Amino acid sequence: MLINNIQYQYFTLNKIKMKEELLSKLSECTELGKINLASPFPPQLKGQNGVDELTREALDSGISPEEVLEALVSGMGVIGDKFSAGKAFVPNMLMAAKAMSAGMAHLKPFFNSGQVKRKGTFVIGTVFGDLHDIGKNLVAMTVEGAGWEVIDLGVDVKPEKFVEVIAQYPDCVVGLSALLTTTMNNMEVVLKAIKEKFPEKIVIIGGAPLSQEFSDKIGATGYSSSPQGAVNLLNQLVA
Amino acid sequence: MKYNKLAINTPEGLLFGNALYPVTTRRGLVIGGGSVIPELNFTLPTMTINAQSLPAIGAHYKGIVTDAIEHARHLHAPGVIFEFETLLEMTQTPSIGIDLVKIMNEVCEENYVKRGFKSEIRLTPNDLREFDRPPLCRTSSYLDAMWELFDKGSLAGGDLLSIESTGGKEIHDDALMMCDIKASVFALSVLGVRDMKMLWGNIVAIAHKNNKIAAGDTACGFGNTAMVLAEKGFIPKVFAAIVRIVTAVRTLVAIEEGAVGPDKDCGYEGPYLKAITGTPISMEGKSSACAHFSPLGNIAACCADLWSNESVQNIKLLSGMAPTVYMEQLEYDARLMNQALKEGKPTATMLQRLFADSDKSLDPQAIILTPKNVIAISEEIVKGTNYIDASVRAAVKGLDIIEDAFNAGQLLIPEMEIVWIDMLRLALSEIPTDESKFVEEMLPTLEGKFIPSEYGL
Repeated sequence: MLINNIQYQYFTLNKIKMKEELLSKLSECTELGKINLASPFPPQLKGQNGVDELTREALDSGISPEEVLEALVSGMGVIGDKFSAGKAFVPNMLMAAKAMSAGMAHLKPFFNSGQVKRKGTFVIGTVFGDLHDIGKNLVAMTVEGAGWEVIDLGVDVKPEKFVEVIAQYPDCVVGLSALLTTTMNNMEVVLKAIKEKFPEKIVIIGGAPLSQEFSDKIGATGYSSSPQGAVNLLNQLVA
Repeated sequence: MKYNKLAINTPEGLLFGNALYPVTTRRGLVIGGGSVIPELNFTLPTMTINAQSLPAIGAHYKGIVTDAIEHARHLHAPGVIFEFETLLEMTQTPSIGIDLVKIMNEVCEENYVKRGFKSEIRLTPNDLREFDRPPLCRTSSYLDAMWELFDKGSLAGGDLLSIESTGGKEIHDDALMMCDIKASVFALSVLGVRDMKMLWGNIVAIAHKNNKIAAGDTACGFGNTAMVLAEKGFIPKVFAAIVRIVTAVRTLVAIEEGAVGPDKDCGYEGPYLKAITGTPISMEGKSSACAHFSPLGNIAACCADLWSNESVQNIKLLSGMAPTVYMEQLEYDARLMNQALKEGKPTATMLQRLFADSDKSLDPQAIILTPKNVIAISEEIVKGTNYIDASVRAAVKGLDIIEDAFNAGQLLIPEMEIVWIDMLRLALSEIPTDESKFVEEMLPTLEGKFIPSEYGL
């Protein structure tokens, strides 16, 4: 009996250790942008399983989808923090985001069934009259990596489009982007249209010429000057 | 490719204020004819552009030009080029842009007739085709508005014609974010080149019809986007430097199609164009910090024939309105360079060396712009059997220059960027120089992101 107990405990401990190692590896592969076995990036992990295979393995071994998601988000968080600290480049973030997407594909059935929930839905677009999207894309990618569902409306987005999409995702948070001093005022027009239909809607703004002062002036919920700042702001506003 | 040898093959030959083929404007400004001339660029303060605000907008532009000329005269400046880079609405509705050219040209003309002061307007309509995603480069209805503004705006007084064209940008934006040099070369040297041929063939035809100057382009949306992203720490500076080199091959096409210079101010690829074609160039550096930061503040002046501030909002500063303030800064920059030129070649080349030496060791984007390295890289461009080959050769030369300088302890590169030198070298070696092979290889990876037929593919 004693031997059986020891064997059982050893087995359990071993299983916990394997689980921890697998989730840790999953998190690391997400951070480093290792998508799957075939992907050549990063060079030091060439020939090894990536997020795609590890996620499948984790789910098949009985690890809960919530824990898998947590590992993916944690990996993205690490690379996000490195990026914020100037220790990683955008391509590192993008590869990590691609790796995370490979894992998220396996989690899709659990999202659809409601077993696993995202942090929320984030609708983002560059306001009408403005065609700049690099900053907007960065924010979208970073927010998605932090566990949000992102609906990217693209550039030159009219107020009515924002309103239409918000109606489809009533619980969403909205992000507006603009780069030009002549288009930043269009944010106020978009914001007004949104608030007319959805007075309580959380709307955050960002873009090179903007400031907290401008955000306050037009009545936006918040402003961020960086992608990671946008994630922090969302977490703070929605928590 | 039209050019197979350099027009200027010595660093001294690239001296500021001097081009092999100077351009003379209607009112007698000689660009690249022995002196550096300020090019003032400006934009509106934060305001909405609509029918109600048009009178106020007109007043802004009239006030900017009037005050700038008055201050330029006060400073005994020999002349100034005003760049009217339109805002989107001013190209979308060409009559707005045309009216603003008229308003500014009246001020220029009055000062020329009454006071003999020489000024000229560079008209830069927007490339509106970006509104379509993916863009319809050849069949877009936006082209009609663009051509109308080029045509009627030039007749209204926009004597130098330019554009920041964006063909291939739909691919290049992603290439920048992924630091994918292969996709960058494809966007610039296949799509960009093909688009430039179409665009500049038309712009040159309009310029010839109206007896105006087809000045030149800039790969601002490509090279400067890379530079700004690198400044923010988003992408490696080494990558931004190599992208800059490749942009030169694309922007060269404007001159192949008949543009005569000066290219547009934000085209930091200008020195390569000057070396290859001998045409005058406009540059911007430390005095354009009002618009964007750069690691090229001094070195940008080495080969400049026009010296620009990129853009500044018409807002009040302590001393005066911002464009007038920048008129003064540009004039003092130009005055120093012109004094050096007056004192003779030894003084001028010493100033050129100081411009280069003060920046070159601090950033890979700077070292590729020393006059000596501009010549070396340009030599590789003209050796190219086609635009792709030219781009790859020049990019590899740029990497050699950067790596050699780093290994010799003469160039500062952040530790985390070192790995990118080999990664870029490897990626460049995998680019097929045959265009059809390159297209065949890239098409499956770029499906849906651009429309091949819009580039004649």
